[in-house]
Amino acid sequence: MVKEEEDSSNRPDNTAFTQQRLPAWQPILSAGIVIPGFVLIGLAFIGIGVGLFLTSRDIQVLEMDYTGADGSSPCSVCYNLADKNCVCTMSFSIDSLIKGPVFFYYGLTNYFQNQRRYGVSRDDKQLYGDTSNFASPNSECAPYQYISNVPIVPCGSVANSMFNDTFELFKNVNGQSLPVPLDGKGIAWWTDYNVKFQNPNVTPLINAFNGTVRPPFWSKNVYELDTTDASNNGFINQDFLVWMRRAALPDFRKLYRRITDGDYSAGLPAGNYSLKIHYNYPVNGFGGKKKVVFSNVSWMGGKNEFLGIAYLVIGSLCVVMSVVMLIVYAKFKFPEDN
Amino acid sequence: MDSNRLPPQPPPARSYPSNSCQQQYTVWNFLPKNLFEQFRRIANFYFLIIFLVQVIVDTPTSPVTSGLPLFFVITVTAIKQGYEDWLRHKADREVNKYQVTVLENGQETPKESENIKVGDIVQVKENETFPCDLILLQSTRDDDTCFVTTASLDGESNHKTHYTVPDIERDLKSLNATIECEQPQPDLYKFNGRMHIYKTNQDPAVRSLGPENLLLKGATLKNTQKICGVAVYTGMETKMALNYQGKSQKRSAVEKSINAFLLVYLCILLSKALVCTTLKYVWQSKPGQDEPWYNKKTQKEKDTNLYLKMFTDFLSFMVLFNFIIPVSMYVTVEMQKFLGSFFITWDKDFFDPEIQEGALVNTSDLNEELGQVEYVFTDKTGTLTQNNMEFIECCIDGFQYKHRGASSELDGFCVTDGPVNKLQQKAGREKEELFLRALCLCHTVQVKESTEQDQREDNLDQVDGLRIDENVLQPPQKERGFIASSPDEIALVKGAMRYGFTFLGLESKTMKILNRNKDVEMYDLLHVLNFDPVRRRMSVIVRSGSGEMLLFCKGADSSIFPRVRQEEVERIRLHVERNATEGYRTLCVAYKRLSEEEYAQADAGLREARLALQDREEKLLAVYNQVETGMSLIGATAVEDRLQEEAAETMEALQRAGMKVWVLTGDKMETAKSTCYACGLFQRKTELLELTVRTLEDGERKREERLHELLGEYHKRAVQDAPPVKAGGTRLVLVCFASNQDYGFIIDGASLSMVLNSSSESNMRSYKDLFLQICQNCTAVLCCRMAPLQKAQIVKMVKSSKGSPITLSIGDGANDVSMILEAHVGIGIKGKEGRQAVRNSDYAIPKLKHLKKLLLAHGHLYYHRIAHLVQYFFYKNLCFILPQFLYQFFCGYSQQPLYDAAYLTMYNICFTSMPILAYSLLEQRISIEDLIEDAALYSENAKNAMLRWGLFLYWTGLGAFHGLVFFFGVRFLFSNPALQDNGQVFGNWSYGTIVFTVLVFTVTLKLALDTRHWTWINHFVIWGSLAFYVFFSFFWGGIIWPFMKQQRLYFVFANMLSSVSAWLVIILLILLSLLPEILLVVLRNPRGPYTRKVQQRYTHVYTSHVTTHARTPTHTLCICFNDVSVCFSRDLVFAC
Repeated sequence: MVKEEEDSSNRPDNTAFTQQRLPAWQPILSAGIVIPGFVLIGLAFIGIGVGLFLTSRDIQVLEMDYTGADGSSPCSVCYNLADKNCVCTMSFSIDSLIKGPVFFYYGLTNYFQNQRRYGVSRDDKQLYGDTSNFASPNSECAPYQYISNVPIVPCGSVANSMFNDTFELFKNVNGQSLPVPLDGKGIAWWTDYNVKFQNPNVTPLINAFNGTVRPPFWSKNVYELDTTDASNNGFINQDFLVWMRRAALPDFRKLYRRITDGDYSAGLPAGNYSLKIHYNYPVNGFGGKKKVVFSNVSWMGGKNEFLGIAYLVIGSLCVVMSVVMLIVYAKFKFPEDN
Repeated sequence: MDSNRLPPQPPPARSYPSNSCQQQYTVWNFLPKNLFEQFRRIANFYFLIIFLVQVIVDTPTSPVTSGLPLFFVITVTAIKQGYEDWLRHKADREVNKYQVTVLENGQETPKESENIKVGDIVQVKENETFPCDLILLQSTRDDDTCFVTTASLDGESNHKTHYTVPDIERDLKSLNATIECEQPQPDLYKFNGRMHIYKTNQDPAVRSLGPENLLLKGATLKNTQKICGVAVYTGMETKMALNYQGKSQKRSAVEKSINAFLLVYLCILLSKALVCTTLKYVWQSKPGQDEPWYNKKTQKEKDTNLYLKMFTDFLSFMVLFNFIIPVSMYVTVEMQKFLGSFFITWDKDFFDPEIQEGALVNTSDLNEELGQVEYVFTDKTGTLTQNNMEFIECCIDGFQYKHRGASSELDGFCVTDGPVNKLQQKAGREKEELFLRALCLCHTVQVKESTEQDQREDNLDQVDGLRIDENVLQPPQKERGFIASSPDEIALVKGAMRYGFTFLGLESKTMKILNRNKDVEMYDLLHVLNFDPVRRRMSVIVRSGSGEMLLFCKGADSSIFPRVRQEEVERIRLHVERNATEGYRTLCVAYKRLSEEEYAQADAGLREARLALQDREEKLLAVYNQVETGMSLIGATAVEDRLQEEAAETMEALQRAGMKVWVLTGDKMETAKSTCYACGLFQRKTELLELTVRTLEDGERKREERLHELLGEYHKRAVQDAPPVKAGGTRLVLVCFASNQDYGFIIDGASLSMVLNSSSESNMRSYKDLFLQICQNCTAVLCCRMAPLQKAQIVKMVKSSKGSPITLSIGDGANDVSMILEAHVGIGIKGKEGRQAVRNSDYAIPKLKHLKKLLLAHGHLYYHRIAHLVQYFFYKNLCFILPQFLYQFFCGYSQQPLYDAAYLTMYNICFTSMPILAYSLLEQRISIEDLIEDAALYSENAKNAMLRWGLFLYWTGLGAFHGLVFFFGVRFLFSNPALQDNGQVFGNWSYGTIVFTVLVFTVTLKLALDTRHWTWINHFVIWGSLAFYVFFSFFWGGIIWPFMKQQRLYFVFANMLSSVSAWLVIILLILLSLLPEILLVVLRNPRGPYTRKVQQRYTHVYTSHVTTHARTPTHTLCICFNDVSVCFSRDLVFAC
């Protein structure tokens, strides 16, 4: 492009580039292009907006607070966590079928998982199965790096504060409580439990954790998080993975279980249900709230009115503006029209 | 003159540097020294501080994020400087190791150049360069001279004569002398020294040393076989080395704006950090917020002092938001300027086939200033005119002699036409011959030797290729070339040749003249009283063959007339004035016979003054003035200096572009005025306001009073009674209304110094103001009879006047250097008067006509480009950092970064840097042809229009709007973080990545919207940047990075793309951000070729409208036309 030739004469190169004469396209956003463009974009947006809006409206959500802070909730007894293994049960009824697959979320409010110090207090090398970091965890993990010089695995605040309420869902049919099967698989990102997080290559897994101690808040060791499925243990336990992906905002929900099995693959039918909550997670110290959410999802994800409305608004804005422009152009007779 | 030959002397008070070229850097000190130099820049220092804070304090982002860009910047600069230094080093090595011959004990000893010591006698052969500054002791030429060219020093390719120190023994071995000389100083043309020569049994003789004895390092010996000289300045003390230091830095208006904007952003940064720190501690004071159970503090954190914590928190926030002040902007601006300046050197329109050279850029810092010029100060001779002198006519004793072409008869003056009253009469033959002898003798012209051994050299006149090929007489040599420092002199010598007197040359102080009778006359050249621009004359003292002492003097009429007998003046004055009005350069010639006593006195005075070590110039001047009195006037000459090509068109274009053109010349008023008329600066209808010695001396009263009166009167006429023309108003209005009455102002040097140096302080101020106000209301100002320093004074005065307008000086000669250095932009013309102007200029062009394109096209485009670059940079960094600031409100003010460190680092380096760089190099909002054709477009950018606070606020507002849209758009989306159809949720890094994706696309597309000139390069970098961002994000998130502590972004980007909602929100937010922009672009007048035609039609309608309603209130029209760029109101023009 730039010819660096040392000619005998120092006459400048006569190339399009050096003479600033590169062929160029000069876009002119004239009314003839912009008005139809605006109309098209507006209509497209309105179309998408309507689709989003309707989709979002069809998504069914059942949300229940079980914090128990106000005393009226069945879980009030557990709020102060006086009892170690406090269990409370919430009953609720569903009027119409929540179409499957139904996703079961737990939610926390005023919980700052996005705190910077909290967020860096983890050791991704450890979680990648690097046993050298078992013996000496990343210093960022402090204050959950060592307990009396014994390394904590998994170390750090994030792991330590893992959500440990557990739920059992029952459908009440004729006075009987039939357990609704909850699927704990597929709740975390595939790449997390296949690549990003790995157990140390030691069998049995427990041997890898010799000389380490579990996080102080935990009641179970990391290699025995899931008693039902041996492969769902250690760092690739999906509940653990869900927790380790920090929420963006202080009011968040995380996926707990999917309801996909057997009779419930079509959804949660209408009827009475009871939710048995093993209440372990303290939120009273910081005024947080806990909730459970049953929701189905669409192609756009969970229920979110915002996108549909925004699309509708901006689409209509485009159309309105194109009309305004049309009027202006017609009235003032732009030179392009002459 | 070896040391052992020196008489006992006190040891030198100072040690002399070695003759090696000392480098700024060596291999060992390069790193520390270069780093020190770089961190002295305030911006680099700021980023270093930020980096150090990141290293020391526990901050949200790793030191890499700011360290890497800083490292990049520092490295690039260091490599560039190192490379330049290496090149210099390489060149210097050649010089340092160059073998020279040094005479030691009479033996020729080879020595490496770097080992030359002060006092060594160095032998230099023809075509060799001098290894250090030498005093010429001996030359192989008979006349004790040698010729050198200083092309590598000042670009002047003519041969200059240097003289040996007089009365030196031929045998240098027996020479015993000491030299005293002044401290090294950079002026190439000044040197003072004294040589004491000790001879056995004699008193020491003292010889003065001047610049004519000094051979400068870097100059080349020509036409002389061999010389010997003694080293006086070596190494870093040589004049060449002293001149190598950089010139004072000029700062452009854009840079000042950048600094102002930076301050604003620094304030934003500080207030953001302050707000966050305050809110953090307010928020933490609520129970449970400071240390929830899930986020316990470490013992160390608990132990830290509260105020120290607050301080580190503040620093952390600073670090988090520091990207708002972009380190990369400095790099991009530097690169834009550096690369952009190539377009000037590359422009083939600036190539002049005559001198085989194009434009030269000495500094790239001022590119954009070329688009901002409000005042143009131009020299006349050589700039407006060609400085290609042709002898037109002369006047001897009041009779006019006109030369009619070279073919006319040559024997004497048969072809003459005298003045009207003395038609066909001639002056006496004696007078004629005296006059012609004066022309032949009173000069410093040398004859170019074209003897056999010099045949390889071309027979060109050494006034930069001007060829004299008229074989008027049959001189001994077929062709005669003349070498002179000024083309006037050659023209005069040639003129004399036409009339039969041929200058044959100067040989060992004897000037030979071939007279009309083909006899050779010999004159001993006793003294040359050199020309200088203050005296404005030069003289020679010669002794004729008959032993008569004669002084010939030639010079400007104003400097000659007072020094000759008054009764002779009137007859000549008529001719001089008539010639001057015709635009010719006139010189008067006078002579005086010196008696022996007079000569002895003058000789003694001159010698004494030349020997003086201090104030030599002043003393010489006094002697000169003393000698050059009581002369008799013989005649005058008229030399034509034709206008430069397209001088008139260029001036007209500059005026239409809204620039005020001032002509500053040392020439006579009449000559200068006629030039001004010729190049259209003054029109026939222009009313001239004259403030010259002539108008001041009209009345009986004192000049002071008259000055006061005239200034008041002119002010009334030009300023108070003129229709109010708003500065910065539309140029169409200017053209239409100001054209009611044009004023031109003429002032001469004497009057100017009265204005500037008025006796009383208060008067001076008011005179200066009055003068400036008058000048500002005139279309053109002519300042004649200016000394070089006065030129600079005027520039300075205008520069510091109200509104501090941008000034440009253009000139070609040494007398323009001061104003070139003084003005904001100095332009040198590669003319015939040497290269000093070019060396001191910021830009150099071969011809005046190139100024038009340089300003109207290049300047306009550069300004537009860099102004947009600056605004865009601030904008894109504001909308980059604002979401991160807003995120603090949602993360407990914990300094959690919204974006990943890689994004923070790469945003300015990779993702958004190339499109704006390409834009700032290639954008042509208006095509070059249109810019040149319609000069008025230039004034659109006047007064830094694109960097006004209003526009800055607009861009800042836009950045803030975009930042808000990005952050809250995603915030609302994340009210339900389950964004995938498998019900899984997104975390904080997904949040940041979505915001960042929207950000990168929006700012890039915003630039795309602004781009009016899409070359393939623009396409490539804009779409390429976006593609690179996507590619990089995949790559960055696709690998578990082995050396990273955290794998935060692992598959975040890919997962984001698998979510339909994320796609939709990205599209939505980009469109929402750009929607107002698109609307604005549509409603703004797009400047394609088509719309220009439309505009012309409107202009036409408008002007006809004005002619019919001549007294339409200006303001309404102004408003209409100011808003011409908005389509709606453009049609209102019809209405009004």
